[in-house]
Amino acid sequence: MNTKVTIAGVTLQNPVMTASGTFGSGMEYGEFVDLNKLGAVVTKGVANVPWAGNPTPRVAEVYGGMLNAIGLQNPGIDVFIERDIPFLKQYQTKIIVNVCGKTVADYIEVVEKLGDTGVDMLEINVSCPNVKEGAIAFGQKTDALFDITSQIKKHAVQPVIMKLSPNVTDISEMARAAEAAGADAISLINTLTGMKIDIHKRTFALANKTGGMSGPAIKPIAVRMVYQAASAVKIPVIGMGGICNAEDAIEFLLAGASAVSVGAANFFNPYATEEIVRGIEAYMEQYKIEDVKELIGAVQS
Amino acid sequence: MQKKKLTATVKSQQKIAEGIYDLRLSTELAAEASVGQFICLYPKDKSTLLPRPISICEVDKDKETLRLVYRVAGKGTAEFSGLKEGETVEILGNLGNGFPLEKGAGKRVFIMGGGIGIPPMLELSKRLSAEKQIIVGYRDRDTFLKEELEQNGSVYVATEDGSVGSRGNVMDAIRENGLCADVIYACGPMPMLRAIKGYAQEKGIPAYISLEEHMACGVGACLGCVVKTKNIDSHSHVNNARICTDGPVFEAGEVDI
Ligand SMILES: Cc1cc2nc3c(=O)[nH]c(=O)nc-3n(C[C@H](O)[C@H](O)[C@H](O)COP(=O)(O)OP(=O)(O)OC[C@H]3O[C@@H](n4cnc5c(N)ncnc54)[C@H](O)[C@@H]3O)c2cc1C
Ligand SMILES: Cc1cc2nc3c(=O)[nH]c(=O)nc-3n(C[C@H](O)[C@H](O)[C@H](O)COP(=O)(O)O)c2cc1C
Ligand code: FES
Repeated sequence: MNTKVTIAGVTLQNPVMTASGTFGSGMEYGEFVDLNKLGAVVTKGVANVPWAGNPTPRVAEVYGGMLNAIGLQNPGIDVFIERDIPFLKQYQTKIIVNVCGKTVADYIEVVEKLGDTGVDMLEINVSCPNVKEGAIAFGQKTDALFDITSQIKKHAVQPVIMKLSPNVTDISEMARAAEAAGADAISLINTLTGMKIDIHKRTFALANKTGGMSGPAIKPIAVRMVYQAASAVKIPVIGMGGICNAEDAIEFLLAGASAVSVGAANFFNPYATEEIVRGIEAYMEQYKIEDVKELIGAVQS
Repeated sequence: MQKKKLTATVKSQQKIAEGIYDLRLSTELAAEASVGQFICLYPKDKSTLLPRPISICEVDKDKETLRLVYRVAGKGTAEFSGLKEGETVEILGNLGNGFPLEKGAGKRVFIMGGGIGIPPMLELSKRLSAEKQIIVGYRDRDTFLKEELEQNGSVYVATEDGSVGSRGNVMDAIRENGLCADVIYACGPMPMLRAIKGYAQEKGIPAYISLEEHMACGVGACLGCVVKTKNIDSHSHVNNARICTDGPVFEAGEVDI
């Protein structure tokens, strides 16, 4: 049985990765899962300088999911290179660094510093709904997305994955803009902007008022968007949004994703990622599928 | 000390005051639980997916049981209050740092709890060998855990309605009884912890306070549960520490509350 998939020339031992921001840099969940078993670890977004993030409460539960407004708190690229990359290099998993910034120059500074670190891929977050400047501003207009993607491509040593926002009118158009600008792959979906109000206190549940929604409640939207994006472009698509078990992951593969990321499900079940790896193998055995690639985009009308 | 998610069996559950439940769980986590740590409980209802943090109220290592005392505050705790003997619940533990016992050993200490912050002070009052003045604040005469605390030190009570002990809060009880201490341990609502921080600074004594924040992962990965810190935190490299992992107990002077 072959579970390997190749994205932009990087071969993952299986299509299961972690979703940025839900898995730190792997240290915390390394107590629960064997990081060697994962296709890739995608790290928390990192910027050129440390970011303090938003005030608390930063998380709130909603029906079948959660809202977060962490605000991309991160220790900055220098600490990250010194501490987090050496940690991850001890494992056989591939390393994908999620990059955030306020200006194009911020992104480029991080991308350049990562050039000789030996990480496998870069995921560019142009879709975080929780910070006021940068980030999502680059991910909601095709021309802005095209511009930042082509600029980053000029400076990146590693393959570039553009992480798309679902908070757009036409996801196919965004996917095509990223592809046209030279992105090696796209990943989606980032969180959907949401809000929760505490009716007893008559206050917003999050200090930031709005937050990004994730978890199983967003899965049907994510599957639809992955299908649309995968139909619009030739570059590989990494699918995520509400994946909690192997069945969910397989749905994304069938919709056209070459790999999947597991996010909020780690919070509900710290063993989720490894269980999904095993569950995909069990499904392949059950349906006598020799190569996981046979599943990619295999949905029929 | 590895963290685990596992299935615990309910040994017993009892309502001990209006809306307050006393839950005993059989779990191997008891063997390594330390005072001031917490565990998370997962509701079975899949519309409520996040783990619920609850402090460890008592540990019985021999019988491998953890005791939790909690208030029904919403959907998750309402579900837990229906758990019956022999039923199971998914838990994650042991989480957080716990109270530093060595700081108060042999000294005059205040062990202060307010409302649903009282439960973790029970195990602390048992484990700490010191001159223990236990000061607890309740809303009214529903003074849960008071008798058990009395077995471990001198107990002073404050109630909001004045029905038992001093009228007011734990600070009023300290003043009214003319109490003094070299070290403070506390858990309770934020206004109480702020008052304790102010008092400790004024007296120039350390105060170890247990904080609460909304959590998503409970294990330090999501950065949801931070508190502002005076110094740059060694993990985050900004002035934020994670309550679930670097806390929940902090020296009051280190945190901006
Ligand atoms: C370290 C720590 C220890 C705690 N120890 C105890 C204890 O010993 N006894 C006790 O009664 N309570 C304790 N709490 C508070 C307890 O976690 C909440 O009352 C509980 O999560 C409410 O869940 P719910 O589903 O009933 O409420 P809901 O309002 O339905 O919960 C919705 C969401 O908000 C979160 N939430 C709501 N209130 C709080 C809160 N005060 N703190 C953190 N998250 C909250 C829930 O976990 C859930 O994710 C502790 C909290 C923390 C952080
Ligand atoms: C707490 C939290 C933090 C996140 N941080 C980031 C981040 O730093 N960068 C990023 O690109 N996406 C971030 N995300 C979005 C996830 O990577 C993912 O796209 C989204 O949550 C949908 O997947 P899920 O439903 O499986 O969680 C975060 C999500 C959560 C819940
Ligand atoms: S709850 Fe996730 S870091 Fe504390």
